[in-house]
Amino acid sequence: MSTVDTPPPTAATPQPVRKPDGVFKVALRMWRTRIGVVLLVILVGIALFGPYFAPYGEQEFVGQPNTRHVEGTLLGTDYFGQDVLSRALHGGRSILLLAVASTALALVFGVAIGLVAAYNRGRLDDVLMRSMDISLAFPQLLLALVALTTIGPEPWLIVAIVAITTTPRIARITRGAAVPVVERDFVGAAEALGESRTRILWSELLPNVSGPLLVEANLRLTYSIGLIASLGFLGFATRVNAADWGLMVNENRIALSVQPWGTVLPAIAIALLTVGTGLIADGLSRASAGIDRAKGDQ
Amino acid sequence: MSEHVTLDIRDLRIEVDGTGNDIVDEVTLQVPRGQVLGLVGESGSGKTTVGLAVLGHARKGVAISSGSIEINGRALLSRSAKDLRAMRGSLVTYVPQDPSMSLNPALRIGTQILEVLEHHGFGSSQQERRERVEQVMTEVALPNDRDFLRRYPHQLSGGQQQRVGLAMAFACRPAVIVLDEPTTGLDVSTQSHVLATVRDLCHQHGVAALYVTHDLAVVANLADRVAVMYAGRIVEQGPTKAIFDNAQHPYTRHLTAAAPDINSDEPVIGLRGRAPAPGKRPAGCAFALRCELVTDECREQFPVERPVLRDHLVRCFQAGRGERLTPAQTPVSVRRDSESAPALQIRHVDAAYTGHQVVHDVTFDVPRGQCVALVGESGSGKTTLTRSVGGLHREWNGEILLDGVALARSSRDRPTAQRLSIQYVFQNPYSSLHPRRTVGESVSRPLRVAGASAREASHAAAEMLERVSLTAAYASRYPDQLSGGERQRVAIARALVCKPSVLVCDEVTSALDVLVQAAVVELLVGLQRDLGLSMLFVTHNLPLVRSLAQQVVVLADGKVVEAGPTEQVLTRPEQEYTQRLLADTPSIAAALAAD
Repeated sequence: MSTVDTPPPTAATPQPVRKPDGVFKVALRMWRTRIGVVLLVILVGIALFGPYFAPYGEQEFVGQPNTRHVEGTLLGTDYFGQDVLSRALHGGRSILLLAVASTALALVFGVAIGLVAAYNRGRLDDVLMRSMDISLAFPQLLLALVALTTIGPEPWLIVAIVAITTTPRIARITRGAAVPVVERDFVGAAEALGESRTRILWSELLPNVSGPLLVEANLRLTYSIGLIASLGFLGFATRVNAADWGLMVNENRIALSVQPWGTVLPAIAIALLTVGTGLIADGLSRASAGIDRAKGDQ
Repeated sequence: MSEHVTLDIRDLRIEVDGTGNDIVDEVTLQVPRGQVLGLVGESGSGKTTVGLAVLGHARKGVAISSGSIEINGRALLSRSAKDLRAMRGSLVTYVPQDPSMSLNPALRIGTQILEVLEHHGFGSSQQERRERVEQVMTEVALPNDRDFLRRYPHQLSGGQQQRVGLAMAFACRPAVIVLDEPTTGLDVSTQSHVLATVRDLCHQHGVAALYVTHDLAVVANLADRVAVMYAGRIVEQGPTKAIFDNAQHPYTRHLTAAAPDINSDEPVIGLRGRAPAPGKRPAGCAFALRCELVTDECREQFPVERPVLRDHLVRCFQAGRGERLTPAQTPVSVRRDSESAPALQIRHVDAAYTGHQVVHDVTFDVPRGQCVALVGESGSGKTTLTRSVGGLHREWNGEILLDGVALARSSRDRPTAQRLSIQYVFQNPYSSLHPRRTVGESVSRPLRVAGASAREASHAAAEMLERVSLTAAYASRYPDQLSGGERQRVAIARALVCKPSVLVCDEVTSALDVLVQAAVVELLVGLQRDLGLSMLFVTHNLPLVRSLAQQVVVLADGKVVEAGPTEQVLTRPEQEYTQRLLADTPSIAAALAAD
């Protein structure tokens, strides 16, 4: 360079390598996210490992139905004389697995559709997004009820129907987040190098929409839990007399005044689970939008 | 100062809330009635912050902590928010950078100007105010008929929008006007008209103007006095002529050496490094880190302001010392081997943008080892043309030949080897690097596409980083840890890593400060000399062309109006369009000669 070209002071002592703080890291500085994570860990723990700690079996008869104080039980019996606590410990697994599976499935398809639409624009974009809009017009619960009454309450059908109805929402968010990224020059640079379309979608676009996507995935998980619980409440449990938080609320609601635990316990579990994922979604969205960033930095 | 001082700023200090870090400190400025003070400095130097402080405003998270600002002898900073509001727009006004963002798109322009007058209770009747609107429109050289006043901002050109901004600022006959880079987004011809308007209005109506900018050529043409800011402090101030002819502070000397001038064929000289941010400023002189004259004294304390001549103040222990800055490298001596075919040939290219034809029958060559500058105002079609060359724009017809082989329309249809031999450097280094990929990954990616192993690629990437005057240590950093100039170096390294035959540079310096711009130009000149690069350099900045290109192609409305060797086109232009373009380009040398 020239005579006056002193090397920048930073060149001699490179700063320590630091990946730009991820959305998760920023989000975890907020109390709302921390509370959400704690709730989620507890509830997921109960749902997954609860059955191992349950004092009685899932469908074991322990005493007189709808009674608060039964020898050997903590919270009494339900409408069928089964232990409420054991039922609640058993009833989270199916709801959680179904919700996670359907959200994951929706995420895969929604992200793929959204990225393809954003990157290609033009007619393909129109066709994809308009068909997403059309499927959004059907109410989620109604569509699920129609499918389940026609075919029957199969687990795969619940997963499929929740995934199908969630996909357009995720696709829309993904497309919205990806459109401004597509216009940035590093995508042009990749095109000029002749990177394949798949690679551009996967490694140029996807990492740069992961923030809003994470938020959306969490939000959709929250809604899926609610939807699957509602289906359970309406009687679409996957097995006969299976323990299921949504179904439990329905089964025991007649005896609410006599034996509230049968209804309240699963209701609290569903509420805490959705509040947990909701708080995490909120924290992530604040982190990715840059709200609270200045505060979080200190 | 014998004249009547209208704007008087003393010992202004502006801090970041909470931390107490200074953004601006010890700023003392006076602007007499009817004069223009140019406040220059690089981005982050605090010049806009000072400009806003004159309106009694500090942006969120920032507070004016001490000092005084007086307008016509009346203190400003002690006033209530209500008083300040009443004062802004009448006593002191502001013209922001981007008129398209600052005008309300939902209101007719006549209504917007009238609103200012009504709000400040100008005149006694609606009739009088309407007359003032018509008058001020004439003053800023816009039509004042009913039809024009009924237009919406989007129906005006950028230059007209900025004139409406000026009309609003001058409507209430203010005592002080703050202009914050008002011509940055405008073409040179529009810029020269807007500048002439500003100058005339200030002189005629006795308005004291604070003109905030990074463009030295504009300041040389407009300002009576210049103040140079560095890291939140004024390091030198004086009459315009003295600042440019007899700069005392090393930073001012660097600034003037880095500014390209249309009337001079001296190469620009860049300066590496960046100004220390608030909170990281040293105890001594803030420029000590980059200064070649630095002594221990400089590192220990910040020098006080002392006069060089009457009105010419400088804050430097080494003021006036040091040799004249000279570039280290010899200019490019171009191999004129007429034997070899041109690297890039553009033959009768027409290009359209969403159906509208914007490039008409353009033909020119980029000879091997030479740099061709493609010059044109915004909307001339230069970017569309270069994107067509790069295969990023598909709506074109005609022939583009690389090393004698015709190129397919889209980069996807070109063979890999061909794609790698045309490389593109984008305008904005803030958007051309993948934010979640390290510098090393970005630079080695083209080689990976070419089929190199990860090891070879990262080795070559490290070598290329050295080549663009970064160190190999940069390979592990992420773009958000780099300054604009460093990012642009990375983008250049990425483009050069697979040894292309043609490098296309699309306005690569327009997002950079003048010192950084000069350093990038120096780099490109050096690379061209050492590697024998063939370059297509697109720019709207005519002065820059002179330090870099051997050939110039002038593009207007999508057609080539003039082409030829740089020296000839810039000193003896044949076409009227080129002559006008050159005349409108502000020049430091011409401005000083005219005084």
